[in-house]
Amino acid sequence: MNRQWRAFESFHSPLDPCPPRPKAYIVPPNQYYVMQPKGLRQYAPREALRRGTLWPDLYSPYERPFREGVSHGADGS
Amino acid sequence: MWIYEKKLQYPVRVSKCDPRLAKYLIEQYGGADGELAAALRYLNQRYSIPDRVIGLLTDIGTEEFAHLEMIATMVYKLTKDATPEQLKAAGLGEHFADHDHALAYHNAAGVPWTATYIQAKGDPIADLYEDIAAEEKARATYQWLIDLTDDVDIQDALKFLREREIVHSLRFREAVEILKEHQGQKRLF
Repeated sequence: MNRQWRAFESFHSPLDPCPPRPKAYIVPPNQYYVMQPKGLRQYAPREALRRGTLWPDLYSPYERPFREGVSHGADGS
Repeated sequence: MWIYEKKLQYPVRVSKCDPRLAKYLIEQYGGADGELAAALRYLNQRYSIPDRVIGLLTDIGTEEFAHLEMIATMVYKLTKDATPEQLKAAGLGEHFADHDHALAYHNAAGVPWTATYIQAKGDPIADLYEDIAAEEKARATYQWLIDLTDDVDIQDALKFLREREIVHSLRFREAVEILKEHQGQKRLF
């Protein structure tokens, strides 16, 4: 799941007024397909309805891989 | 063509973690009398203005972009490390819903910047009077922003920007005098 997140550093000055915040953005799996190949693995119909896609390879949960105030990777992500 | 110098016109120090101030400062970023409107107004009007004052509009319009990135720096420093919760508490929940931590050209009330903020009448006197009015309104906006914060470092940069508006206004009024001509001369028509 967390393979979809990209953590990035941004400059933080010692003079910045607020404590730094971990930063990351998500790259959903559709970005890696030009055209969807045939025969991809499929969820069971009921599972697919719940997830919004029939294909696990296109599933993109939106769970932040870190909690606010915890640096990236410190909580096992 | 422009040459970019990778430093600010005047140093921007932000000492107090106060994301709410960013909500107010954005008025000078994407507001009607803000730096974006000023830069685009002057750099557009200069084409049709008499040659004697083109350079003035170019110089001041360019400086307004330098002011724009000072404001952007303040807004960014105040918001970049704020969590969504903190932004919500600072009245920036609406901004976060549309823009995350990105800056956007809108005023303090969230109204997007529009080209209707700037005029180009083509009449040199009319255009310069608009420019004078814009500088005085920007000066007033800086006064209200200084009144809204107790961060002396932000106040310092805002006072510098306010002073520049005062100087620009005088330069535009001098441009009007230049275009009036014939003053102090005895001419018979």
